[in-house]
Amino acid sequence: MKIEIRPSPYDPWQEVADFQATANKLSPGSYGACAVFVGTMRDFNEGDEVCSMVLEHYPEMTVRQLEKLAHNAMVSHGLLDILILHRVGEIHPNDPIVLVAAWSAHRSEAFNACREMMEMLKSKATFWKKEKLVSGERWVGKNTPA
Amino acid sequence: MQISVKFFASLREQMGTDEEMVESTAPLSIAGVWQLVTDRAPPENLLCSRNLKYVDWDESVEDGDEVAFFPPVTGG
Repeated sequence: MKIEIRPSPYDPWQEVADFQATANKLSPGSYGACAVFVGTMRDFNEGDEVCSMVLEHYPEMTVRQLEKLAHNAMVSHGLLDILILHRVGEIHPNDPIVLVAAWSAHRSEAFNACREMMEMLKSKATFWKKEKLVSGERWVGKNTPA
Repeated sequence: MQISVKFFASLREQMGTDEEMVESTAPLSIAGVWQLVTDRAPPENLLCSRNLKYVDWDESVEDGDEVAFFPPVTGG
């Protein structure tokens, strides 16, 4: 299992390939499914153009929340392995923000676990977005409903 | 007892600081910690944690605890 907070841009697809090639629990032939979610920054929100944003977090609590939701998903869905990455700092449109990947023997567990982890992350992990608009700055008040 | 209090995001900006220490000789709840750091009513939907776990406002605190107040989270 790998969980990291990233202060600089990353390539989610390269991260998935690298993790899959090197993780001890993912030997060739051991898994039959990998479900991946990548959340990317939009250049619009609530009818406004968004130029960039800053992602703030509560470092110690964020890591604890992500470890807890990943551990719960491992146990409840019988996963083989999990990769979670999340950006912090200044982010621009089209930058990947979050990557959640789940490996399992069959597709159902991977699909369900990936969705469940994302919803838990959105509702519990201590991150906050501040958007930079043409007209100024604003904190994002709430996430988009699932 | 001494409690470390942290503020994040819009609340950090409103408070003008990201952290402060409070002291009390009497038993204290999370709500009591809030009253020690400001006279203002807590913003609607404000969340709180004690030692990195979400807690309710009536949770008791102990010497050396880290308490945090923050708005609804918006990650992902």
